Amino acid sequence: MNGVSLQAAGGKTAAGKVKKTSKLTLIRKDIWLYILLIPGVIHYIVFKYMPMWGLLIAFKDYNAYLGFFNSPWVGFKHFAEFFSNPDFKRLLSNTLQISFYNLVFGFPAPIIMALMLNEIRKEWYKRAVQTLVYIPHFISWVIIASLTYTIFNSQGVVNKYLLQMGREASVPFLTDSRYFRAMIIGQTIWKETGFGTIIYLAALSNVDPQLYEAAIIDGANRFRQLWHITLPAIRSTVVTLLILRLGHILDNGFDQIFLMSNSLNRKVSEVFDTYVYIIGITKGAFSYSTAVGLFKGIIGIILIYSANWLAKKVGESGIL
Amino acid sequence: MKYKRSFLSRLFDAFNYTFLGAFACTAILPFLYVLACSFSSEKEILERPFYIIPRNIQLTAYKYIFSSPTLPRAFMISVFVTIAGSATAMFFTLTLAYPLSKKYLLGRNILLALISFTLVFGGGMIPTFLVIKSLGFINKFWALILPGAISTWNLLVVKNFFQELPQELEDSARVDGCNALGTFLRIVLPLSMPVIATFTLFYAVGYWNDYRSSLLYMTDNKKWPLQLVLRQIVLMAAGNIDGATFDEAYTQPPLEGSKNAVIVFGTAPILLVYPFLQKHFVKGIMIGAIKG
Repeated sequence: MNGVSLQAAGGKTAAGKVKKTSKLTLIRKDIWLYILLIPGVIHYIVFKYMPMWGLLIAFKDYNAYLGFFNSPWVGFKHFAEFFSNPDFKRLLSNTLQISFYNLVFGFPAPIIMALMLNEIRKEWYKRAVQTLVYIPHFISWVIIASLTYTIFNSQGVVNKYLLQMGREASVPFLTDSRYFRAMIIGQTIWKETGFGTIIYLAALSNVDPQLYEAAIIDGANRFRQLWHITLPAIRSTVVTLLILRLGHILDNGFDQIFLMSNSLNRKVSEVFDTYVYIIGITKGAFSYSTAVGLFKGIIGIILIYSANWLAKKVGESGIL
Repeated sequence: MKYKRSFLSRLFDAFNYTFLGAFACTAILPFLYVLACSFSSEKEILERPFYIIPRNIQLTAYKYIFSSPTLPRAFMISVFVTIAGSATAMFFTLTLAYPLSKKYLLGRNILLALISFTLVFGGGMIPTFLVIKSLGFINKFWALILPGAISTWNLLVVKNFFQELPQELEDSARVDGCNALGTFLRIVLPLSMPVIATFTLFYAVGYWNDYRSSLLYMTDNKKWPLQLVLRQIVLMAAGNIDGATFDEAYTQPPLEGSKNAVIVFGTAPILLVYPFLQKHFVKGIMIGAIKG
């Protein structure tokens, strides 16, 4: 069919009817490309853009009987309610603290590990380490939470060793709110550090080895090589990932936090993501929880664009 | 190039090798420990600290979890959702990525902008839940399969891969009278087998590990996949989650050993495909790391 239309277009030109190819002809030429688009485009409309439109219920009093269109508009009522709610300060503080520790400890971890791997000269050793450290990334949070419970509960391996070493009582890693953040950051580092090295190692593999050779001849020691060659090679990758990270500062990852929280650590474990689930899905306050989610989303988008602007300002390429 | 290495340099190497080796061990040891526990007696689990070889191997834990249909059923549901899900996801991803890889496609830029926008902003949990609900997907397996059928990140990576295929091959097929669909099916897809393998595995891992969709959309616990049952058996029975109950189908509370056996069930499929996954994913990720 396409071949025919191509020939037809050619024939017209040959016949002297010089005409600008109209949009319709262009579409007919590649009709199959447009047909292939359909399922994916519908997917984006239904599962990505309809929910965005559904965010409007944050400004309504959503009622399942009245439905989406007939529920009454209430303006910023839910937002006002949320900001004056004592929960707000607690949620913001919990969310930011977890994000902050994740940024301070979790973000540099893969960079440091990539630099360490880069210093390994024995190829087989490097490959063995890489094979093992990538594994946790592919394991679900349910399994990781289960492993954590198995290993850190009061009769778990860790407490057995602590008791053997002379502690009188077992340490309540899972139930005491003091340990909650440390457990969360520890899990994240264990799960994602190895996999996070991939992107940095790829940037490092593009470095011309001649640079190192030249540096050695010039008398640079390993630290100088790291400072002047290796680090500049990954700088733009670091900036890009940092921008992405800043955009997600209010996302703590629902799965991990939800699985690790319990009634004993709720006061530090409740974050925006889990609050939306509990208020919205289990308590049915759809409009209010949508307002909470929308607030989070808008802050996220502001942060990501500002971080991008800042990155361009300091001379990096940015991502947007 | 050899050069004289200082004492400090050698000290650093020793530390570097040891530290990375230790970190690599921590990545795998918990799994080996759980595997060992799933084959041990209750007494051994309680008494011994860390070990990877049980004193006497026994199958009590596995017998226990097969004493009710809950776990085998959940396992089969997970297998079904994973296979059906990855196939659906690959269909949606490939069919959308191919037209988007053609720079002359009308409306391509606006589509790409709208698609990329979903990376920074989305409707969030509640509006998505309401959309799924209004589609009548609650307690339907569609709810576990369709919403995750396109990961924008994967889509853009596949699109970039298609973009880098030599255009001449497609042109010659077109000259020989093949239409865009024929070119896609007969020329482009066979050339993309490594990418297809990589992303099928990525999607499969995602579907296997997914527990949030079933938590949100599956209220009927007979339709729960493995991850949700796992949470119930291991975490809830540990008394650490509110509303702790374990499935009444089991006549006695789960033993330590059987919790470990359930964890083994949830992990084993991932570890079995991991060697195949690892062969491809580094390459797969790097293809997409190029902007555009």
